[in-house]
Amino acid sequence: MLNNTGHLLIFLVMVLSLTIIYKSYLELKISSQKISNSIYQLSLFQSTFAISSFLVLIVAFINSDFSLINVYENSHSAKPLFYKIAGAWGNHEGSLLLWINILVIFSYFFLIFNFNHLKKFRLLTLIIQNLLILGFVIFLLKNSNPFSALEPVPSEGLGLNPILQDPALAIHPPLLYLGFVGCSIYFSAAMASMLANYRGKSFALSIKSWVLISWCFQTLGIIVGSIWAYYELGWGGFWFWDPVENASLLPWFAITALMHSVMVLEKRDNLYSWVIILCLLTFILSVTGTFLVRSGILNSVHTFASDPARGIYILIFLSLMILSSLLIFFKFYKKENYSFNFKSKETFILINNWFMTFFLVTVFIGTLYPIFLDVLTDVKISVGPPFYNIVIIPLVIPLLLLMVFGPQFNWINSNKFFSTKLIILILGAVGVNLFIFFIFGSYSFLTNLIFISSIFLIFYSLIELKKVLQKKIKYNLPRIISHLGFGMMVLFIGINHQYSLEDDFNLKVGEEKKFSHYEIFFDDIKLKEEKNYKAVIGNFRVKNIKNDTTQSLNPEIRIYANPETLTYEAAIKTRISSDLYLTMSNISRSDFYNIKFQNKPFMIWIWISALTIVLGGFLQLLNRRNEN
Amino acid sequence: MLSSKVKNRIIFLTTVALITLVAIFFIIQSLDKNILYFSSPTEIKQSEDVVTGKKMRIGGMVKKNSIKISENNIQFIVTDFNNEIIVNFSGTVPNLFAEEKGVVAEGKLKDKSFFEADRILAKHDENYMPPEIKKIMNNSNAK
Repeated sequence: MLNNTGHLLIFLVMVLSLTIIYKSYLELKISSQKISNSIYQLSLFQSTFAISSFLVLIVAFINSDFSLINVYENSHSAKPLFYKIAGAWGNHEGSLLLWINILVIFSYFFLIFNFNHLKKFRLLTLIIQNLLILGFVIFLLKNSNPFSALEPVPSEGLGLNPILQDPALAIHPPLLYLGFVGCSIYFSAAMASMLANYRGKSFALSIKSWVLISWCFQTLGIIVGSIWAYYELGWGGFWFWDPVENASLLPWFAITALMHSVMVLEKRDNLYSWVIILCLLTFILSVTGTFLVRSGILNSVHTFASDPARGIYILIFLSLMILSSLLIFFKFYKKENYSFNFKSKETFILINNWFMTFFLVTVFIGTLYPIFLDVLTDVKISVGPPFYNIVIIPLVIPLLLLMVFGPQFNWINSNKFFSTKLIILILGAVGVNLFIFFIFGSYSFLTNLIFISSIFLIFYSLIELKKVLQKKIKYNLPRIISHLGFGMMVLFIGINHQYSLEDDFNLKVGEEKKFSHYEIFFDDIKLKEEKNYKAVIGNFRVKNIKNDTTQSLNPEIRIYANPETLTYEAAIKTRISSDLYLTMSNISRSDFYNIKFQNKPFMIWIWISALTIVLGGFLQLLNRRNEN
Repeated sequence: MLSSKVKNRIIFLTTVALITLVAIFFIIQSLDKNILYFSSPTEIKQSEDVVTGKKMRIGGMVKKNSIKISENNIQFIVTDFNNEIIVNFSGTVPNLFAEEKGVVAEGKLKDKSFFEADRILAKHDENYMPPEIKKIMNNSNAK
């Protein structure tokens, strides 16, 4: 039953897509300034059907309807309700349906919210967006259908990978998808803008909010993903420069550059071609990331059962997208006059874009080079974290400094440069750095520079924040908050990296171990039965010899039945100043437990500062709504 | 004489080109230093000049009954069914590290049959096998 309903709904989405394309094409020739009501209605129906189809899938997961292959493969009746629902997008087919949903919904919203823009531009955006929808719907129906029926109906499902049964990971895909697929709308708009010759300031105004929305969700999605990695993967880190993480970072650099340069286009009517390139690039990189992850070229949690046909389809689709966007770009390219004064805000935004491009290229090469080498020469290599650290970290220093100087400049031309206030601030930053250096232990020259520049940015942002709050102007608040967040994030990651304590050792029950100023007692183990897993819980006491406090930590080894998997749950004691982190794992044929113990300073602050960055984005969204 | 506008543009473009070149050179340089090559035990046995002290990855199956554990150490044998390497490791092993399962170790070679690992790579589910190992296994099955 459900499979027919689902099929019907998706089919309707496809038919509506074709109708919208056809109708919009006809409308292009009519000279009236308004878009006819029928297109609005068709688009509304399309969104309704798309959302309903997704709801149908969720219902199938809630009811554990194993007549659908997708539910059978990814769910189990003994799973908690929350993870049943999350299971709907925790697999390739379901997430593709979510992907289509976002394409459709953004298409509708773009249509209704941009009523004051040129009709031809809006219609063309709609047509291109619907071509994208069509492409993905065909992919879904042909190759990754979440509604495929299974005969005979099995009595029980295979279950969801336990490592994915986690609250952070349940909301991670929708967030990331809102960010990545949200980019599609300004990909379409960029193409339409060139075709309709709707350039400059008005184009910037039409896409600005959409760029901001997708930036916010992308950033949030990446943060949630790394929080998950921190407590679930049990390595105690939160960013591994894993190819899959890099794949999410590539569009993020592009979109961050875009978010800045679109301001130049809006305020100064400049950089049009560059903004277009970034619009196209962001979505192309999002799809590239999806291709890398889904085709099984990169291996990770994100690789659901891989299937070569899937990769080939996305690859063809991707090439078509790149080809057509290049074609349109060069065909409709118009020479622009760049009139830049060096001492102006636009110069600094351009410099920001250079940094983003550099980071983008670095991560791109590091991620794709091993793949190319493997295909071309059959040599297997991998690029480790040191590569990224060496190339990226030194450049964060000038970036931080520029984040102080850049925003001070006005548009067009300004004469402010160095003020005594800044000199005092930088001396203050050096002072704080020296304090950390001598009280808590020394570190390298590079780290000194990183600390100084990030503290400098934090000081500067705080002073600006105070100014803004006193004068009660909201204008600059979002930027200040985001930049403050970035400065804090760099500083806390630096401190965390510098002062982390870590040790691995093997212990038997009842034994103890001394490490640095900690004493770790392994008291006993207990067994526990939960709804969908059994757990071995370790009882640890960690004594801090310095201040004579004892914390108890209880890491778990979980044995999931469906599918049969072992996971290790880290025990994390989060405090304001530091996290205690302990994982235990057992080793086959032995009484020893493999223990990893870490003390990670300011862990929670890394999350807080990352969230501060996003907060700035959301504030800016509110700002824009008030402006309108 | 060139007009000042053209002159400015030339200066601008040269600077951009120069910065780009330096940046790319910088990236490639560090890339070259940080590449980890992957080898199987057989490849190591057969190679003429074994590079010790350079970071690399090896992979294969964990041999049955080969895991030995002491307080600070885990020692096991990685095999591709033709040749073997002893791996010494102190640290946390990932979820599915077990005998007769695929493993990838990152670290340095001491000599042709002894490997000091500083990371054992995590795998995400029991069906997953790193592509490198799959290939090794297929090769040795074919022989």
